Amino acid sequence: MCLAVPGQVKLIYEVGDMRMGKVDFSGIQKEVCLAYLPDIQVGDYVIVHVGFAITKLDEKSALETLALFQEIGLLEEELDFKV
Amino acid sequence: MTDELNFEGWSCPLPLRDYPNIVMGHGGGGKLSAELVEHLFLPAFKNPTLQALGDSSVLEVLGGRLAFSTDSFVVQPLFFPGGSIGDLAVNGTVNDLAMSGATPLYLSAGFIIEEGLSVAALHKIVEDMAVAARKAGVMLVTGDTKVVEKGHGDGIYINTSGIGLIPNGVNIAPNRAKPGDVVIVSGTLGDHGMAIMSVREGLEFETTIASDSAALNGLVEVMLEITSDIHVLRDPTRGGVAATLNEIAKTSQVGISLDERKIPVKPEVAAACELLGMDPLHVANEGKLIAIVPQHSADKLLEGMRKHPHGEGAVVIGAVVAQHPGVVVAKTGIGGTRVVDMQIGEQLPRIC
Amino acid sequence: MKYLSEFRDENLAKSMLDEIRRVTTRKWAIMEVCGGQTHSIIRNGIDQLLPSEIELIHGPGCPVCVTPLEMIDKALLIASRPEVIFCSFGDMLRVPGSSKDLFRVKSEGGDVRIVYSPLDALKLARENPTKEVVFFGIGFETTAPANAMTVFQAKQQGLKNFSMLVSHVLVPPAIEAILNSPHNRVQGFLAAGHVCSVMGYWQYEPLAEKYKAPIVVTGFEPLDVLEGIRRTILQLEAGRAEVENAYERAVNHEGNVAAQNLLKQVFDVTDQKWRGIGLIPASGWKLGESYRDFDAAIKFAVHDIQTQESDLCHSGEVLQGMLKPNECPAFGKECTPRKPLGATMVSSEGACAAYYQNGRFIKLEVVRK
Repeated sequence: MCLAVPGQVKLIYEVGDMRMGKVDFSGIQKEVCLAYLPDIQVGDYVIVHVGFAITKLDEKSALETLALFQEIGLLEEELDFKV
Repeated sequence: MTDELNFEGWSCPLPLRDYPNIVMGHGGGGKLSAELVEHLFLPAFKNPTLQALGDSSVLEVLGGRLAFSTDSFVVQPLFFPGGSIGDLAVNGTVNDLAMSGATPLYLSAGFIIEEGLSVAALHKIVEDMAVAARKAGVMLVTGDTKVVEKGHGDGIYINTSGIGLIPNGVNIAPNRAKPGDVVIVSGTLGDHGMAIMSVREGLEFETTIASDSAALNGLVEVMLEITSDIHVLRDPTRGGVAATLNEIAKTSQVGISLDERKIPVKPEVAAACELLGMDPLHVANEGKLIAIVPQHSADKLLEGMRKHPHGEGAVVIGAVVAQHPGVVVAKTGIGGTRVVDMQIGEQLPRIC
Repeated sequence: MKYLSEFRDENLAKSMLDEIRRVTTRKWAIMEVCGGQTHSIIRNGIDQLLPSEIELIHGPGCPVCVTPLEMIDKALLIASRPEVIFCSFGDMLRVPGSSKDLFRVKSEGGDVRIVYSPLDALKLARENPTKEVVFFGIGFETTAPANAMTVFQAKQQGLKNFSMLVSHVLVPPAIEAILNSPHNRVQGFLAAGHVCSVMGYWQYEPLAEKYKAPIVVTGFEPLDVLEGIRRTILQLEAGRAEVENAYERAVNHEGNVAAQNLLKQVFDVTDQKWRGIGLIPASGWKLGESYRDFDAAIKFAVHDIQTQESDLCHSGEVLQGMLKPNECPAFGKECTPRKPLGATMVSSEGACAAYYQNGRFIKLEVVRK
């Protein structure tokens, strides 16, 4: 239901009274509506669904989540748990 | 309003009954296309050469073997990043011939031009064809031009047909894959299809992705110099690698096992696929080939291919197996398994 | 891709699977609500890699699958009109109505166009002032903000030739309907990550409490899905029933307030039919009174639609998690992606299509390391 992809905001501008931006996805650039993220800045990461940024991607949180996954990895190694 | 059609004369009417008119999916290179061939074209033109369903047909003529192929080009837009319909028209048929191991020699070209196309555009397309033909070492020796009324032609449609000579000792056909063989792809997947998507109305995005349209006969020649024992060559155009491997698996009655982690995709192409919800395995290529070769030849072939400009990114992506004949299976990025099937029609962008 | 590829790491996935196996001591039935999650699970082979004690029941979170048949038939009628340019997301093109689909309408001369964003349809309306442009506005709460902004802009710009055929569905009422059902076997839920990016997850707290079922907000990449499962299992094993957020980088408790504000302005809550399931009260959104002029259902006054579902289709039971796709008698026979009987076989994330395309009717040896 929700194919949404993370990308980085490269440019912000107005089209009419709508806040729009250029968002970069690993070298692909697409025009995205930023109207729902009034505080977003160039350089921030956003999650984009059908041409709209629906949320900011919290980079700190992403790294913390990955760190948690790494910890689980270490735990499994220590326990040497295998089926 | 649909007229009542009499399906009695057809060999297996059931699948086609669903769509009394041709739909776009019939041209997608997937299951709908395959059904049209199987249930409408093959029964009408019954002959063993056609039945082999290779990219080009092999004909015994005057003690030698000719490869003969035809292809039509209906691409929209006519000009796209990395090329034009002109490049495709020449490279497409050259490649079909090369996939039989043939040295492509001569091409014909038929043009159906829509009233109103600018002469400048036509000139550019023809220039592109000339350049492509020179690069491939083929000659355009006969042609035809028709003009249709405005509204009936999408700018221009081009058909090219080609002939080439198959050297002795070369026996490449879609039914020759054997368990134990290795599946090689000559470079990154999905470039052409996503280059087209990037300029398609309603889906446009800015990118450096360019079509990979290229003539592969030079690369095939290099490969045949290394070994003449190549089992299958195919260029994965519409429907992508998934369609091509499925066809080979069914024709050779073997299973194919892929490793997703080995599939080469440029980061921008991967990103574009993510954005539109597409799978690179189903996206068209115009300058890549799949080679199915005995395991013991793989290393030498890869080394030779990588020295050629159109084979720099050659890698092994899987193997032919005896299990699950007719089915292509992939090991997923996290170690699971999934079946890689053909698309039904064209692959469509999705939101879900 | 940054912030995507890292969440597909093979080694981390293996340790996550080991950890899930370690903490699972009994049988549990978990539902992933979102079709995108179903797609990810089948596409990556996650269901095969999980311990056999965990049963994943696929939820009705596929807006393509649950769009009511009447709505599809209305779309087909509107798209067939010569003055209309009918725009839609790609997913909807092959969904079967009572007698045909949008592809067939296109082949019969209808101007049907695929767009990536509803704003593309707005652009078409500006560029084609003599045509009526209609956008098929389907989706869950994730897509609603895009559709809302588009209609809002159409009104701002005073466009006379643009309208939207709206069919929005809401997740919390669906989860409640499932939990309320006497046949329900679902013990824990993976809530839809991007729906929660928009709406937050405060709506699920009363549900978790009332029905004593853990609800974990979950993302879509393999590691995210595994993490959602891990946290749900931990809760179930410990007898807890709380709402947890396992997709913190994209979801917070309140959600996107700016989006929610416009949604309230543009849409009204309505009772909604879910294809294959039935009427769920207050489970949908329709355009509000002040947007009448942009409501395609009113503009084109399509009434008296006689719908005809296939007798053989069991997509309703599949959507409610009562039947696995490969348990349906028509699966792979009368019903294939090539000739689908119901929407769950058409949508790329419909459970039936996911099962079929990824070969769940073929017995494969699963290699566990």
